[in-house]
Amino acid sequence: MTLKSRPGSLGKRLTPYLYLSPTMVLMIILMLVPIVIVIGYSFYDNVIMNKHPVFIGIKNYAEILTDKNFHQTIYNTAFFTISSVVFHMIIGLTFSMLLNSKLLHQTTRSIFRVIYVLPWVFTAAIIAILWRLMLNPNGIVNYFLNIFGTIDSKVEWLGSRDTALYAVTFINIWSGYPFYMVSLLAGLQGISIDLYEAAEVDGANSVQKFLYITIPQLKPIIVSMAMLDCIWTMQQFSLIWMTTGGGPIRATEMLSTYTYKLAFSKYEFSQASSSAVIILIFSMLLAFIYVRKQKARD
Amino acid sequence: MSKTTGRNIGKIIVIIMLLIGAVYAGFPVVWMFLCSFKPNTEIFAYPPTFISDTFSLNAYRSILTNSEKIRFFLNSYFVSSVVTILTLFVSVLSAYSFSRFEFKLKKTLNMLIISVQAVPPITLLIPYFGLIVALKLYNTYWALIFTYMVFTLPYAIIMMTGYFNTLPKELDEAVMIDGGSRLLALWKVLIPISIPGMISVGMYTFMQAWNEYLFALTLTKTIEMRTVPIGIQQLMGQHSYEWNEMMAMSILGCLPVLLLFLFFQRYFIEGMTAGSVKS
Repeated sequence: MTLKSRPGSLGKRLTPYLYLSPTMVLMIILMLVPIVIVIGYSFYDNVIMNKHPVFIGIKNYAEILTDKNFHQTIYNTAFFTISSVVFHMIIGLTFSMLLNSKLLHQTTRSIFRVIYVLPWVFTAAIIAILWRLMLNPNGIVNYFLNIFGTIDSKVEWLGSRDTALYAVTFINIWSGYPFYMVSLLAGLQGISIDLYEAAEVDGANSVQKFLYITIPQLKPIIVSMAMLDCIWTMQQFSLIWMTTGGGPIRATEMLSTYTYKLAFSKYEFSQASSSAVIILIFSMLLAFIYVRKQKARD
Repeated sequence: MSKTTGRNIGKIIVIIMLLIGAVYAGFPVVWMFLCSFKPNTEIFAYPPTFISDTFSLNAYRSILTNSEKIRFFLNSYFVSSVVTILTLFVSVLSAYSFSRFEFKLKKTLNMLIISVQAVPPITLLIPYFGLIVALKLYNTYWALIFTYMVFTLPYAIIMMTGYFNTLPKELDEAVMIDGGSRLLALWKVLIPISIPGMISVGMYTFMQAWNEYLFALTLTKTIEMRTVPIGIQQLMGQHSYEWNEMMAMSILGCLPVLLLFLFFQRYFIEGMTAGSVKS
């Protein structure tokens, strides 16, 4: 008796699909159908609000792609995403290497590991409120900056057009690095000590060991984390929505908040759908690269 | 310079860097904790008070005696628990299929499951709005449970498939030779061995559901259907910024996830890593 289904018996051939059926039903109704609907919406005028929407082809896309605010949105999202990914990586790598240091006692390492992972256990709503408290003009961040003489005035970090984008990016960096840290830590622990010992015999210093052993060994993890992070950060909605709402005056408007406002503040569901499809295309492109990279590794 | 002095200097540098890192990571959390025990008038005091003279549990009391706010917590617990149980159940079945059968569409379906993770929630939100109303699920728990599962299932399936793949097929074959069915083999043999994997997947699922904001904001309407993230956000509008209450609610809101994390840290980190490294 083998576990492979024998061709010929229809029942046997259907068994694997039977096990998959709950997932497939859910994914068809709540993933496939909605994607088809949203793509359909994007070619019509005034859907949902109008009972008989008119087919207008790619007019919605043309309007969105020529909208100055949309260009601003693209710039903001790109800045937010790229800075977040780069700093997540730097901080995650630094912290994981500190935590992996052989100079420390096991207990010390576990205590710091719990502290370092803390930002991860908070939901966006909590992170947003906490940082609105800390970055308030009268808040603790300005207090410390005053004491150390860096600034004199009360900066409105999240309320000023000059600083808001940097502030939300800073918050997102704080909340997202533990994901990298945890994975890189496991990756570091998986690197064979023999490699380092061999390098020491050859007279390598710590910088060389880092550049020629640690980084190449971690590269597959770093690349796949960066791809996933790009996809998720680009789609970030809740953190932006609850800290600045995309403001002041679109200074922190991201693709997701732009789309949400089109749909649920302006009730332009058709244009919102086009914008939503554009985000979907970006995400799928990144996902495609990600899946290909994964396959190449297998 | 002798080798021990070198090591000691190295150790001091590492510890100093660790402490700087700990301030960056931990200070905001400590500040949140401290503020939750202050009266609201003291939140922006200059200079700031760290340990308040007027330490009080008033903020916690006012949240835990308010039935509306308790309801946020009950809703979140209910929705997240149901999502976790259903996700585990459905993902185990799918993972079993991917791990134990060879079939025509296996590769394609597997690829689809992986790429589905990249679909942005905001893209689905607009059609969901109409779809959920059409399915008569608007402003119900099921609207949240089903839509959350779309985002929790792919990761769970990928993880559980990986887990089952590490278990030898001889295990379930033994049960089936004794005349047992496939389901029996899955239930009696595979699931018990997979408990650590299921804990890690279950935790991650619970966290995702507990933290979800966008769908909870849009697919529910009345105050008695709202979850904790929405409740915390509504505190901002309701009063003229009761910061101490918002901090207390935040502390209460992160407790379940924090406790889960502390108890199951090992499983969680192992699971996360396995998933992100070789899914």
